Amino acid sequence: MTPELSVVVLDYGLGNIRSAQRALARTGVEVTVSVDHDEAVAADGLVVPGVGAFAACVDGLINIGGDKIIAERVAAGKPVLGICVGAQILFTEGVEHGRRVAGCAQWPGVVEELYARRLPHMGWNTVDAPQQSKLFGGLADERFYFVHSYGVRERARPALGEAVVTWAEHDGDRFVAGIEQGPLSATQFHPEKSGTAGARLLQNWVASL
Amino acid sequence: MSLAVRVIPCLDVHDGRVVKGVNFENLRDAGDPVELAARYDAEGADEVTFLDISASVEGRQTTLEMVHRTAGEVFIPLTVGGGISSVEDVDTMLRAGADKVGINTAAIHRPELIGEITRRFGNQVLVLSVDARREPEQPSGFGVTTHGGRKPADLDAVEWARRGVELGVGEILLNSMDADGTTGGFDLEMIRAVRAVVDVPLIASGGAGQASDFPPAVAAGADAVLAASVFHFGTVKITEVKQALSDAGYPVRN
Repeated sequence: MTPELSVVVLDYGLGNIRSAQRALARTGVEVTVSVDHDEAVAADGLVVPGVGAFAACVDGLINIGGDKIIAERVAAGKPVLGICVGAQILFTEGVEHGRRVAGCAQWPGVVEELYARRLPHMGWNTVDAPQQSKLFGGLADERFYFVHSYGVRERARPALGEAVVTWAEHDGDRFVAGIEQGPLSATQFHPEKSGTAGARLLQNWVASL
Repeated sequence: MSLAVRVIPCLDVHDGRVVKGVNFENLRDAGDPVELAARYDAEGADEVTFLDISASVEGRQTTLEMVHRTAGEVFIPLTVGGGISSVEDVDTMLRAGADKVGINTAAIHRPELIGEITRRFGNQVLVLSVDARREPEQPSGFGVTTHGGRKPADLDAVEWARRGVELGVGEILLNSMDADGTTGGFDLEMIRAVRAVVDVPLIASGGAGQASDFPPAVAAGADAVLAASVFHFGTVKITEVKQALSDAGYPVRN
């Protein structure tokens, strides 16, 4: 019998982590909600959730040393999955109401308000995933649940180099919907709220642990 | 690529139980929120909304437990409205597992509450629920009501929606009290009037009687459509609404 995989959902005070916890548990992994450094570093997988403002999430994350946990895991090749604002904070910086806040800088890119008539971008949208994406394997033409006003916009020309980038589009503005590079993955949408498609995506991630 | 029109069933809950009969076959317990939310999820609902009508503190506590249980089993977005009157109420609901929270009367009494909530949790968590009816004395011709449409708030509904967005709400739930329960179709004129002044997502509610009632609401400017009794009694299935929307050329989630 293979030993059960362990996943830690990083609890830094922001976000509805219960859904993420339960959705991951359904993939068959052992899920722990924790802020403990050693536990978060040791787990087979780490999920970084997040809702609300970029600055507040970065503050919360740094408060518990989450930025260091992420950096240590990535350096050691251990998988991390960021969700929504938990994905955004993996980029260089965020700009909200003219204020710049540094992120974890795992990827180059600025998180800024989308150029769209209708904001927040709220609801089920399709994505444009490249063939080599592992996260979106078997998920062509599926819709995922987004709820956000900010993102990493294609028109800002983020230098994402080797990363496997999945794009989504709202009111003509394209932005990063998913990104994968080595041990680091992230989705702008909420897989834990995206029904069976989201469950399949989480399964794909767990399969990579 | 574009967003799908969201189809949202709304359930009234009292003391942690779904009330106002829901008439599905093969339900073990017609009042169990988890079972009902799961059923709507399976039928293709894009979100589920619970309207908490509990009057007591104990009742609200039981509702919280219900939200907690539902969020642990049903993996589509969950909005909870009814009786939300403070930042703490929102915090409690989100911690229980709600993704969005609806406010209504408390925001009318104290509009600053909107900013207090959205500064802490972001505007995407807050839905301003506007119960409106035709009131010729209001500049727009539509007025806000409270207490389930019984009391006029002496407030122009279109102006209130605009102000709510200015104060920070991320979404408007526009419920026509004139059309509510009539099954004669949505109040398209009201939807158009509010759409003209807000850029946030707009959910149309009130008056749906058949699947063909839904596409005109979207044409009038709604991003999402919400209904209660027609879904609960099986008069209209969510799949039929989506088919009607799709036939009219609107994107839906299959």
